[in-house]
Amino acid sequence: MSSHSAELPTSENPGDATVGDRISSIVLSRGTPLWWFAGFGLSFLLVMLLLASVGYLFARGIGIWGNNIPVGWGFAIVNFVWWVGIGHAGTLISAVLLLCRQHWRTSINRFAEAMTLFAVACAGLFPLIHLGRPHYFYFMIPYPATTGMWPQFRSPLMWDFFAIGTYALVSLLFWYVGLIPDLASMRDRSRKRFVQVVYGFFAMGWRGSARHWRRYEQAYLLLGGLATPLVVSVHSVVSLDFAVGIIPGWHTTVFPPYFVAGAVFSGFAMVLTLAIPLRSLFRLRDYVTDDHLDNMAKVMLTAGLIVAYGYVMEIFMAWYSGDEFEWAMILNRMFGEYRAWYAALWICNIFVPQLLWFRAVRRSPAVLFVLALVINVGMWLERFIIVIVSLHHDFLPSSWGSFTPTFWDWATFAGTIGLFLALLFLFVRLLPMISIFEMQEQLDREANHA
Amino acid sequence: MTNEPMAPREGNELVALARRLHGHRGRRYWRSLEELADSPQFHDYLQREFPGQAASLLGDVSRRRFLQLMAASLALAGLNGCRRQPAESIVPYVRQPEPLVPGEPRYYATAMPHDGAAMGLLVESHMARPTKVEGNPQHPASPATGASNSSGQGDSTAATGGGRVSEFGASNTFAQAAVLALYDPDRSQAIRRGRRISTWDAFLTDLQPRLQGRDGRGLRILTETVTSPTLAAQLQALTEKHPRAKWVPFDPVNHSHAREGARLAFGRPLQAIYDFRRADIVLSLDDDFLTSGSGALRHARQFTERRRVAAADVNRPEMNRLYAVETTPTPTGMKADHRLALDPTAVVQLAIAVAARLGMNVPEPSDSSAGALDGVPPSWLDALVDDLQNYRLSGGEGGALVVAGRWQPPIVHALAHAINEQLGSVGVTVRYTQAAEAQPVDQFAALAQLVEEMRDGDVEMLVMLGGNPVFNAPADLKFTEALEKVPCRVHLSSEYDETSNRCHWHLPRAHLFESWSDARAEDGTVSIIQPLIEPLYDGRGDHEAVASLLGEANKTSKEIVEAHWRNQHQGDEFNAWWRRTLHDGVMTESARPAENTELDFGAIREALDSWRSSHDGAGDDASMQIVFRPDPTIWDGRFANNGWLQELPKPLSKLTWDNAALLSPNTAERLGLENEQVVLVRHADAEVELPAWILPGQPDNVVTVHLGYGRTHAGRIATGAGSNVYPLRTSQSPWFAAGVEVRKTPKRRALACTQHHHLMEGRRLVVGGTLEQLRASPSHPEFMEVLHGEPEESFYPPHEYDGYKWGMAIDLSACVGCNGCVVACQAENNIPVVGKEEVARGREMHWIRVDQYFSGERDNPTAEFQPLPCMHCELAPCEPVCPVAATSHSSEGLNEMTYNRCVGTRYCANNCPYKVRRFNYLDYSSDIQQHPSLHLLQNPDVTVRSRGVMEKCTYCVQRISAARIAAEKQDRSIRDGEVVTACQAACPTRAIEFGDLNDPNSRVTRLKGEHNPLDYALLGELNTRPRTTYSAALRNPNPKL
Amino acid sequence: MSAPHTDLFGVLARYDSPASLIAAARSMREAGYRRFECYSPFPVHGLPEAIGFRSSRLPTLVLLGGIVGCVVGYGFQYWVSAIAYPLNIGGRPLNSWPSFVPVMFEMTVLVAALAAVLGMLALNGLPRPHHPLFGVESFARATRDGFFLCVLADDPQFDKDAVREILVAHEAGEVIDVPQ
Repeated sequence: MSSHSAELPTSENPGDATVGDRISSIVLSRGTPLWWFAGFGLSFLLVMLLLASVGYLFARGIGIWGNNIPVGWGFAIVNFVWWVGIGHAGTLISAVLLLCRQHWRTSINRFAEAMTLFAVACAGLFPLIHLGRPHYFYFMIPYPATTGMWPQFRSPLMWDFFAIGTYALVSLLFWYVGLIPDLASMRDRSRKRFVQVVYGFFAMGWRGSARHWRRYEQAYLLLGGLATPLVVSVHSVVSLDFAVGIIPGWHTTVFPPYFVAGAVFSGFAMVLTLAIPLRSLFRLRDYVTDDHLDNMAKVMLTAGLIVAYGYVMEIFMAWYSGDEFEWAMILNRMFGEYRAWYAALWICNIFVPQLLWFRAVRRSPAVLFVLALVINVGMWLERFIIVIVSLHHDFLPSSWGSFTPTFWDWATFAGTIGLFLALLFLFVRLLPMISIFEMQEQLDREANHA
Repeated sequence: MTNEPMAPREGNELVALARRLHGHRGRRYWRSLEELADSPQFHDYLQREFPGQAASLLGDVSRRRFLQLMAASLALAGLNGCRRQPAESIVPYVRQPEPLVPGEPRYYATAMPHDGAAMGLLVESHMARPTKVEGNPQHPASPATGASNSSGQGDSTAATGGGRVSEFGASNTFAQAAVLALYDPDRSQAIRRGRRISTWDAFLTDLQPRLQGRDGRGLRILTETVTSPTLAAQLQALTEKHPRAKWVPFDPVNHSHAREGARLAFGRPLQAIYDFRRADIVLSLDDDFLTSGSGALRHARQFTERRRVAAADVNRPEMNRLYAVETTPTPTGMKADHRLALDPTAVVQLAIAVAARLGMNVPEPSDSSAGALDGVPPSWLDALVDDLQNYRLSGGEGGALVVAGRWQPPIVHALAHAINEQLGSVGVTVRYTQAAEAQPVDQFAALAQLVEEMRDGDVEMLVMLGGNPVFNAPADLKFTEALEKVPCRVHLSSEYDETSNRCHWHLPRAHLFESWSDARAEDGTVSIIQPLIEPLYDGRGDHEAVASLLGEANKTSKEIVEAHWRNQHQGDEFNAWWRRTLHDGVMTESARPAENTELDFGAIREALDSWRSSHDGAGDDASMQIVFRPDPTIWDGRFANNGWLQELPKPLSKLTWDNAALLSPNTAERLGLENEQVVLVRHADAEVELPAWILPGQPDNVVTVHLGYGRTHAGRIATGAGSNVYPLRTSQSPWFAAGVEVRKTPKRRALACTQHHHLMEGRRLVVGGTLEQLRASPSHPEFMEVLHGEPEESFYPPHEYDGYKWGMAIDLSACVGCNGCVVACQAENNIPVVGKEEVARGREMHWIRVDQYFSGERDNPTAEFQPLPCMHCELAPCEPVCPVAATSHSSEGLNEMTYNRCVGTRYCANNCPYKVRRFNYLDYSSDIQQHPSLHLLQNPDVTVRSRGVMEKCTYCVQRISAARIAAEKQDRSIRDGEVVTACQAACPTRAIEFGDLNDPNSRVTRLKGEHNPLDYALLGELNTRPRTTYSAALRNPNPKL
Repeated sequence: MSAPHTDLFGVLARYDSPASLIAAARSMREAGYRRFECYSPFPVHGLPEAIGFRSSRLPTLVLLGGIVGCVVGYGFQYWVSAIAYPLNIGGRPLNSWPSFVPVMFEMTVLVAALAAVLGMLALNGLPRPHHPLFGVESFARATRDGFFLCVLADDPQFDKDAVREILVAHEAGEVIDVPQ
């Protein structure tokens, strides 16, 4: 396979067909590298840990976590928001950049959309298992029950239910529609009958007819148009879970924009975290180029600045409003029991990302990788601060408490990371991680312009 | 998955096992239980149950479960015991006893002896299962709450149809928790000879030879403080029949010092009965008269009535004034208008100084001749003395009152009597009667003498009726050692405890609700104790035990008690009188008359001089002093196995499940201690390890320890909780001791505290002011100003509530932080006990809690108490956030939880600014599922909640429904005061009012809005529109201070 | 006019560049053929116009979907909260319309998106497991580097030789008869 990769074309000197061969070969002809087994095996162990944790959770109840009164929401919700946020980059890249005609998205969108789906899958797990009685989760589905009861649509949790549901479904459609022509391509390239049948089944008999292409492009563009407001709405709705609440630290109007920015921030961080190692492991540097990394870094920097604005505004409004509870909340974040976490939050999300102003940093994959990891941690901390630190000191000092995560809190979190990675490993092994037809289209375009 | 689904199967299985027992009664029962324990069913029951539990990873849960299971097998006894109420007829507390109607509870009047006097009870019984305890409004010790304004004399049985009673008397935590003790699976259920299970017959046959013809030589009866006339008479008869036998009463927490003080002052062990209704100015010398002891309920009511600024005379409000000096902080001191924390000797000095200032012929304390009394600012003393003489409310029939704590030495009591006499208070605010107990002796001395005899081998047979001397006798007596010298030791006791463990015979004692007896209230009023249920186990009452010593083993308690009163009774026809007595729960004209007293001042002088000579110079040694106190929740240890009481946050420290060494902030600093750090307390060549707890208001260099913890042979709840401090306690100085060493250790012991933060952080949570401020502007006192700027506008049109509109008003001036409401709520609403670990995690389940905030300077703060049930906000923040509409508003404005709809998102709890919602994080009701005896405890009108659902205060909706049904039957609307919530019913000071806000004349309406200038809504600025509002806390400090 | 070729699906030509495909398509259309189709590995711009394919009903479909979703979204919430099971929730009015907006929005997007995807598939007649072209060995290149033009046999003025002539004129890589 190394010989195979030798005479491969790059985006600089496009050979007409071999782009597709190159990308598909990762799935079809090349052997499975050892690191894949290692990585997948590790992730799989974590998935087992997740199953164990959830099993024990269902057996004993939420009490195995650190939650209490006043801290009714703990890691589950923190992780939920974190994962949903990560999901956003995918949709943003594929939808928004599509509408903005940002052609550099081509080499990362497929992969980013997959990441979205898996992140949303992990996110969706938490609202389910954090219920006191998960076996009754279906009470939230509007179905005609014998009791005549329906869900209560004033609750942000219902908005959440619909927002996340819609988001997951639309992202899936978007991703799948994008895959159809490539699935057909895989069908036609594969030698083995079985593989042909499987890909053929999902390709639904795609033939690349001109009429089909026209409708296809329309549908794809419309989906992009629909997904764009969706990206904005989903994390806004998630932020409403808090903003609608009455608790100081939750009840603030700055949340929707700053949650969305935060989502993009963490999302791009995660894309980089995954793209940087993968592109070198699969020798795709000429498709996912340093320019791509540079662009993503710029987006990240912008989002980071909006997040910073959010943090500053929170403090300013607390002071400016003269609301004693708001101000006490800020002081508690700064000097209270969890001050170390708050300091770490500022370092990870505000100070360190300023390095992105430097071109050298943006164009050095290694540094970028570390930076992305730091930001991922920082965004998790942000959710921790918002959810837990706001709850543990609210209105009545008599009911103030504190939250200490248990082993099971951490185990469940680690488990979902494992789930995420495991799905990702399967994805890169079974599907073309770069959109073949879009790549070809772009090369053709560049060729004609040249 | 969980064991919820398993529960019914287990239940049926247990019932099945129980059926095997059915038909066996009384003494044959044990053989059957032995059979039971071997039955294959029981074995695979164990097999199946235990592995599941072994898997548990959450600390001690599995251990508890296992023990519960073992106990469950024993508890089966309950099933054949409690099928019906006693064969003997008992008299319900309603006008016309009707046939028992399923689903309708009945009330029976009875009484509970506690701390040397009786409290009157009304016990609610569902299908012959006692489930809830209330106070008896007719009883002097439990002032009426709920319906009527009368002090309990009025139509006490305002029955609203059925057996339902809407007027109750106040009740304290111990009375409330008595019903849990009844069904406690850990109760002793077997007569034991040594370790082996035996029978009554065996006991009696063993008894005979030991009594025959030795006219009682070597026979000693050790009882608790006896207030039962019948028992006293029986023991009298016993000592007549066996002239050389002796009867010794002992309780580790007793009134001996008070009695000796009276003996000193009057030559007789009289008891002082205080009347706070006429006390304008009160000086408390280290007496926690508001919340501790059998008189507390009455004291609290009378005291607060004198402080309540009614809406009516708002224009010239008046309040009494309380000065308190304390050796350890108590709710009484915290409610005082002026409080001083003094070390024990300084209290005596103060008493002397006051006496001297009042011109009595006592030598001024040497060091106060300069005007300075250590710890007492001169101005304070001046103001106090001035007020004692001159502060009187208008109307003029009031007086001054000086009260002394039982822990104070006799001399202080004597001085208090003298001062009261000097101030002309006798007959006004205090009267003297014969002591309530049958044998008012110095119990420490009496026990010391008994132990002496035991050690000399003069005691051949020691019969102990209750009590637990092995655990709680003063350490210097070495009771246990001496006990070994007694050839025959018999212990009648409700649990197989430390003492039983060292006796030849252990006899299970019938529970208060299982047998007949009688008891005197503080003022001498007699109540007959009626059983409400057949003995669950093979227990006997004290009367039967004594009868068997008298050779009348065949007599039942009922025969004994009834016979006694048949003899006593003269006048009208006995049966009618007896029936009325049982019905009312009090015996007419049985209160003791006031005694004429002759103060012997000379004796006091002498005692004073001897005290002086012993204390001069002794006062100023640098070492620390120790203060012993009965525990506020488990008393002397007798309630240690009661989960409700163990989990009840102790006033001020807010600790549960543990005792601690209470230290002042200064002392803690000096010793370099912080909370939960274990200290070694050494005294009387014994040492005890205790976790330190820093308590503002504790005097410096004084360590306070609470008795009753560190039980070794109690149930699984008590065993292992806290540390036993009795080893530090001597009969010479049972309450205070100097020369104590407190040493820091590297160890820590985690304590489960329910409130970690006691400052208001400048928030307007407990609003309060002084009488002066109120007088300045009665309609708009300035300390209320800020609060009336609440948002009134809303985008949404308000919901209309025609029909009933329930609301609550809580008077913060009246609340004394006694916790009665908390236990009452727990009992009424089937609230589970979660255990120390869960409390430490912040998961206690109480539906109403008593918040407390310190204010003033750190070393001498005052505290305000704020009972916090659900506020039932009209614009409830909890409701709109529930995705499944599991919590919603009723047409009458109740904020309701629909348990079976709840999926447990916990969003409502997060969004509740008052944090009154409670969540079942684990399967807390599993205990109930596992113990058949605990099934009987549950209130059938209230759901037992499952794991994973949210719960909270319902305003006792079940009581509202009951009242509604009763009213609709009679085709009328619910009367004001007809619905009494559990917390309201228990509250001794009527701090809680509940009723219909749409009724302009209801008492609660008159406490709200424009009717009451002190009314405010907690966190009203959030516009939650709570239905529960508060009246600001008023104090009446001396302007000169 | 020659007899209809019942056994023939059409004539397929392969070109190596989008450009020549477009050219071929143009002249085919100028020659009056209507029933022919082009196939390419990726969307070739100008091709739909070249074969005379213009608008599509898809956008209208999506718009309708959006409207339906929006209306149903609000209507359902209103019915549930105000008619089917009215409850006093925290003193809020039964029709708390501001709280209903988020779900309305989500429903709009959801139904519109479904309309877009399902509409596209439906109009394209997908899924279609079998198609005569799949029988052609070299048609597999249609998804990698082949640009195909297929004239269908049922075109009214279909004439095999004439068609081949035009196809070859634009130097087709190969010309194949596609059986039914």
